[in-house]
Amino acid sequence: MVIHFVLLISRQGKVRLTKWYSTYSKKERSKVLRELSGVILTRGPRLCNFVEWRGLKVVYKRYASLYFCMCIDPDGNELEILEIIHHYVEVLDRYFGSVCELDLIYNFHKAYYILDEILISGELQESSKRTVVRSVAAQDSLVEAAKEQTGSTISNIIAHAAK
Amino acid sequence: MNPFSSGTCLRDMIRAIRACKTSAEERAVVRKECAAIRASINEDDQDYRHRNLAKLMFIQMLGYPTHFGQMECLKLIASAGFPEKRIGYLGLMLLLDERQEVLMLVTNSLKQDLNHSNQYIVGLALCALGNICSAEMARDLAPEVERLLQFRDPNIRKKAALCSIRIIKKVPALAENFINCAASLLKEKHHGVLITGVQLCADLCKVSSEALEYFRKKCTEGLVRTLRDIVNSPYSPEYDISGITDPYLHIRLLKLLRILGQGDADASDRMTDILAQVATKTESNKNAGNAILYECVETIMSIEDDGGLRVLAINILGKFLSNRDNNIRYVALNMLMRATTLDAQAVQRHRATILDCVKDSDASIRKRALDLLYLLVNDNNVKPLIKELIEYLEVSDQEFKGDLTAKICSLVEKFSSEKIWYIDQMLKVLSEAGNFVKDEVWHALIVVISNASDLHGYTVRALYRAFLTSTEQETLVRVAVWCIGEYGDMLVNNVGMLDIEDPITVTECDAVDAVEVAIKRHTSDLTTKAMALIALLKLSSRFPSYSERIKDIIVQNKGNVVLELQQRSIEFNRILQKHPKFRSALVERMPVLDEATFSGRRAGSLPTAISTSSGAPSNLPNGIAKPATAPIPDLLDLSSDDVPAPSSSGGDFLQDLLGVDLSPTPAPSGADMPPKASTDVLLDLLSIGMPLPVQTGLSASDILSSSQDDKAPFVNFNGLASLSSLSANATSPANAAPMMDLLDGRGPGPQKSEENGQAYPSLVAYESSSLRVMFNFSKQRGSPQTTLIQATFTNLSSNVYNDFLFQAAVPKFLQLHLDPASSNTLPASGDGSITQNLKVTNSQHGKKSLVMRVRIAYKTNNKDVLEERQINNFPQNL
Repeated sequence: MVIHFVLLISRQGKVRLTKWYSTYSKKERSKVLRELSGVILTRGPRLCNFVEWRGLKVVYKRYASLYFCMCIDPDGNELEILEIIHHYVEVLDRYFGSVCELDLIYNFHKAYYILDEILISGELQESSKRTVVRSVAAQDSLVEAAKEQTGSTISNIIAHAAK
Repeated sequence: MNPFSSGTCLRDMIRAIRACKTSAEERAVVRKECAAIRASINEDDQDYRHRNLAKLMFIQMLGYPTHFGQMECLKLIASAGFPEKRIGYLGLMLLLDERQEVLMLVTNSLKQDLNHSNQYIVGLALCALGNICSAEMARDLAPEVERLLQFRDPNIRKKAALCSIRIIKKVPALAENFINCAASLLKEKHHGVLITGVQLCADLCKVSSEALEYFRKKCTEGLVRTLRDIVNSPYSPEYDISGITDPYLHIRLLKLLRILGQGDADASDRMTDILAQVATKTESNKNAGNAILYECVETIMSIEDDGGLRVLAINILGKFLSNRDNNIRYVALNMLMRATTLDAQAVQRHRATILDCVKDSDASIRKRALDLLYLLVNDNNVKPLIKELIEYLEVSDQEFKGDLTAKICSLVEKFSSEKIWYIDQMLKVLSEAGNFVKDEVWHALIVVISNASDLHGYTVRALYRAFLTSTEQETLVRVAVWCIGEYGDMLVNNVGMLDIEDPITVTECDAVDAVEVAIKRHTSDLTTKAMALIALLKLSSRFPSYSERIKDIIVQNKGNVVLELQQRSIEFNRILQKHPKFRSALVERMPVLDEATFSGRRAGSLPTAISTSSGAPSNLPNGIAKPATAPIPDLLDLSSDDVPAPSSSGGDFLQDLLGVDLSPTPAPSGADMPPKASTDVLLDLLSIGMPLPVQTGLSASDILSSSQDDKAPFVNFNGLASLSSLSANATSPANAAPMMDLLDGRGPGPQKSEENGQAYPSLVAYESSSLRVMFNFSKQRGSPQTTLIQATFTNLSSNVYNDFLFQAAVPKFLQLHLDPASSNTLPASGDGSITQNLKVTNSQHGKKSLVMRVRIAYKTNNKDVLEERQINNFPQNL
């Protein structure tokens, strides 16, 4: 497992996304969140992007008001994880069109869909941003198509009932 | 949006939650939403299932319980449409984890979806499986995933590859099914498939040596070619990251090559050219390039190589280390740590830079650098490095002082060629960061001081000086108080003055003042105060003219709320008043403490045991050093219990009393207990201790709560343990058995201490309904690697065992010698036992614990019985 979990935490300590690839119980999860936001949010600027934590390493990077954190084994390649974080951010940016924190709050499920196209089981799945965006967009249009269909059937029913 | 929708939509809910100003408001909103969702779930409302689940996911992210939505995920997954499945699988991954039983219910849906005609649905199922698959699901669904590795769409193939990784990690036995498909993925052109395929191969190699051999033979060549192609590939916008084509692919290929090259000279040889190319050609001005270089260096250091490449690798790390970017410096320190095993000399060249990193403002870098520096210290550079580190200790951050102090102390101990240097450095550390010094460190310091008889005067004067300037360092105060108590006369008379010392005039009054300061400091904890009381008692004999004043100070504590201090104060006062004639004999200087025994004991004691003995500074040495007058008092002594040793002389016995401190005293005050025949006393003690273990435990924790909460039960337990082993000596075996049982019930405890002063908890190595095997451990002085084990076999059944045979096997790093058993017939019902001695030599002493497989064969009722068992729970450090 390259990545044990992915966290997005706002500067105020609000959790915006959590994805657990290793098994953590509910209790452990909230403990991890509490501990790590305490450590990461208090780190000063221009320090290195790595924090050693419980024998593992957490690689984090701040983009505007959001901290993107990924936890890896102590012998993992931290620099590569920084690239993966950036990769994810760039895909988010392409998908939402200059993404901001609010996009990720109201469309948190989309952020998960995109992450699922980039990582599975904590391993990198796709290095091409274009492929990721295309795949998510294709699935979005499938959803839209299905919605239109049900939408039309429902308006039929309404029309029926109105008669 | 559905025209019939009641309640709020997802967006409204999020908005409402965000509008909350207090967490109470937020809880109220969430509670209302959850109630609505529950109601909707109960009505089995299909239209809102989708939206309910989305809301639950958001609510879950805020940290509220959402378990009631789990079944909704399954329903959504089981529905036909893509939108439902998409949100259902997302919910499955977020709301459940692999340990939940509910997950088993989804296996069937997953199986159907893996065979679905819509490739996006197959993709969803693969993604979910890859993220939360359990071992059972892996077994059930492996064939589907294996088939999907050859699916026409590359997006499915890559997902299937990552899914396979999860499967083989959960069930390594399935690895061989994937070897061939994985190998074919390596020939792909699609980067996603290639990346995941390479990763799959790497993970297959980790779980299956068969896979490793296969890939090494069949794929090394091809992988080298792929890496060369990607390194030399022209600009491709889709995969370009700061001028490098697909660094992720680079990194994964390098990683797999590392696995293939490790331990195989031939495979390593085939990849040296390309590694050299990557190491020299990769741009190092951007993070992506450095990530590749980092991986490349790691591969070079892992494979079999003649050294040419390694020079290159170490040079890259040297460049990294001088980089201004903190990230790069961090990884450089990290890698140099691994490089020390390969080429310590080359790493030594960077010592100065590494030392600078220890002083960096970034905690992560500091920690790495300190760990690395620790490895670089040797006999030649220890003095300047320690000097630097101690100087830095003065200015370092509070939170870093703990780590730094521990490392410095460890280094000073490890490289202490001269005692005076060791004592000097330790005094500096104690004065700078005494509050961070661990108990065993200052215990060790006292042992060393005690042994350096020519430095007693020097040390006590140095400590006195240090004490005057830094009274806030707890451990410094303790060591100073101990030394003033022991060597107070040397302090006053300037005995053993060294040339390097500045002359100092200390009067007897000053010395007593110092100890008084220590006892009256409001920050002093129980241990320090108790030590100060002992020091005062000792000084009363060293400085007879101040005897009255000392008595006054001691008496001041007779009303102390801490029972231990109160008791000490009263006892000492009594000694001063009533027994002036043997006071001087009582408080004689401690005999020299035996270093070998002490270090053996430190190594032998479990981590908890260290903290247990921590509060009792002088009982450690005392227990070791006291001449073994009789085995029984010795045992008592070691158990750090305040039990008088009845058979020893009065002086000795009181010295015991002084030496041991923080343990609970049995109800009658030890000092007044008349000497009896040893067995009687022990039985008495047992009758006090045994029936009320809980109560004694409580009182112990009361006493100790001010210093270390966790050690109280242990101390008490120590006492009980050794008492019961005493009873085994003193009384009939039948009487001993229930005591043993009592101990068994409470887990292994220090059972019996050998005459050389080391105690290991004995172990119930094996217990079945018919047989119990106990191991008692001891070590011979001077050979820490060798453990003597006395195995005791007890028959728990009502039949006699004949032809009893005990056999044992150990792994290669151990050597085992079995002595003949005391008998081959084991009487029934625990009515006697067989003992057999074993000698185990651990070549990895300190690194690996003992492990043993035992087989016991015997005949009972003319039937052969064979029992086998692996024993893994040996005490550490054997």
